[in-house]
Amino acid sequence: MEKLYDKSIEQLHSLLVSKEITATDLTVETFDRIKETEKDIDAFITLNEEKAMEIAKAIDAKGITEENVLAGIPIGIKDNIVTKGILTTAASKILSNFDPIYDATVMEKVYSSDLIPVGKLNMDEFAMGSSSETSYFKKTKNAWDQTKVPGGSSGGSAAAVAAGEVSVSLGSDTGGSIRQPAAFNGVVGLKPTYGRVSRFGLIAFASSLDQIGPFTRTVKDNALTLNAISGYDPKDGTSAGVSLPDFAAGLTGDIKGMKIALPKEFMAEGIQPGVKAAIIKAVDTFKALGATVEEVSLPHSKYGVEVYYIIASSEASSNLQRFDGIRYGFRSEDVQNLEDVYVNTRTEGFGDEVKRRIMLGTFSLSAGYYDAYFKKAGQVRTLIKQDFDKVFADYDLIIGPTSPTVAFGIGENIDDPITMYLNDILTIPVNLAGLPGMSVPAGFSEGLPVGLQLIGKHFDESTMYKAAYAFEQATDFHKQKPVILGGTNNEFRDCHRA
Amino acid sequence: MAINEEQVKHVAKLAKLSFSDDELTGFTDQLGKIIDMVEQLGEVDTEGVPFTSNVLETINVMREDNAVEGWSRDELMKNVPEHEDGFIKVPAIIDNGEAGA
Repeated sequence: MEKLYDKSIEQLHSLLVSKEITATDLTVETFDRIKETEKDIDAFITLNEEKAMEIAKAIDAKGITEENVLAGIPIGIKDNIVTKGILTTAASKILSNFDPIYDATVMEKVYSSDLIPVGKLNMDEFAMGSSSETSYFKKTKNAWDQTKVPGGSSGGSAAAVAAGEVSVSLGSDTGGSIRQPAAFNGVVGLKPTYGRVSRFGLIAFASSLDQIGPFTRTVKDNALTLNAISGYDPKDGTSAGVSLPDFAAGLTGDIKGMKIALPKEFMAEGIQPGVKAAIIKAVDTFKALGATVEEVSLPHSKYGVEVYYIIASSEASSNLQRFDGIRYGFRSEDVQNLEDVYVNTRTEGFGDEVKRRIMLGTFSLSAGYYDAYFKKAGQVRTLIKQDFDKVFADYDLIIGPTSPTVAFGIGENIDDPITMYLNDILTIPVNLAGLPGMSVPAGFSEGLPVGLQLIGKHFDESTMYKAAYAFEQATDFHKQKPVILGGTNNEFRDCHRA
Repeated sequence: MAINEEQVKHVAKLAKLSFSDDELTGFTDQLGKIIDMVEQLGEVDTEGVPFTSNVLETINVMREDNAVEGWSRDELMKNVPEHEDGFIKVPAIIDNGEAGA
């Protein structure tokens, strides 16, 4: 049998419908591939083999129709999405034994779409990090170069798709945690508009910023997956009751007349020359496709990182109060009284980065500091949002780099929190404004993938997909593969892109 | 330095975390740098700017007041570290004395 692991959802779907393969065949091959690849990539925390095989058999028994576009496709799930009966750790010691009794709403949608969850993917602890190195369990490697980080926090979700372990995965994005790892691994990752996808069952980091979204190898696969996981959910008070378009419908490749904005702040100092060059080339591609691209300004975006670390950490310090060793998760053994249960469980159960954010958040919210920190951040957040509103009065889409750099080395930034935080400077403003953002492969620098970020209007993922699809069809970056997926070596790739 | 060790100890107490003396020095230094960074916001004029806590315009989302089936106690107890007779068990509020309370 021809190898399946580098195929897109669309390709696998036609093989499943024509009965050239069964869901069981595909699931068996997926686990073979995962077992062969994990020694190099370390993307998964938990595998769900037994249950996945049962689901695959049930799907085969029922049959796969042409309409059921995701049926029988194996999917990886970030380990901060609660999965009934499957260990859910958020990559933290404090949840290392947590066996959920309910499913996140997105998991109900995964099951009702007949997707097959094959396992839980590694991440930064509680999604706090940009390299997946703060995981309690393991360090995931970049699919293109195993000495580099996969980005984060959804590093496992991105690397698993890039390395051919799965064709699709779910991640979450609070300040760039889908887009930056998608960029670092050369895959397509989308953070939907805040409110588009239910957060019920997503282990909360920063509730006003978090969104779940898909990773895939192609734009169309991504749109098909977003179709399946979107929608109003009465269990999430911030879920939006807006209409649901077919995100895959407008993918024609025709974007003539589209008005695209390029913020000058996104191309300023601090952006690696190789990244900048790839984005300038992308601008030319969009112009050649008949779109207009003009420079604009988002003057307050440069404060995004500062605003984010106050707001996200404040929300996190509140959200993470629930982890106290009483009702679930790890409980410290070293206790004399109830206070010890709280303090020792949290002190032993959380890693350093999580503690840093809880401390910063608790400080920002504490008496005497609230106005100067939390309130100020919420006001600057308004200014950042207003900057976007002004640009979107005249433009359909904003583009720029996803990350200022390509993937950095494992261990390179982990002891320097501020350098690590600045990684997210181009993605954070999007979360603060609640806008949809996406990263698509846009070239290579130093042999590593560069991501192009697309930012859309609220609830206008369709325009982003349309533009991303046109860009993908006009370029061949998404066809280039890491060595682990059968690609050639880095030098060849870099020459090839010119 | 934007924060001193005493302040860090106070915040740790509020957050129910504890740090050894060595860790305290390192954390104070790192937190101080992070606070210096976020203090750059001081240069932005926010006079009269409204506060954004959430980008959605919805407020007071209500649901129908319908009774729904709750969780069974057995299921809820599945992840509880220590329980007895359907109750969650925790150590005594005050230190365990000789009576082994």
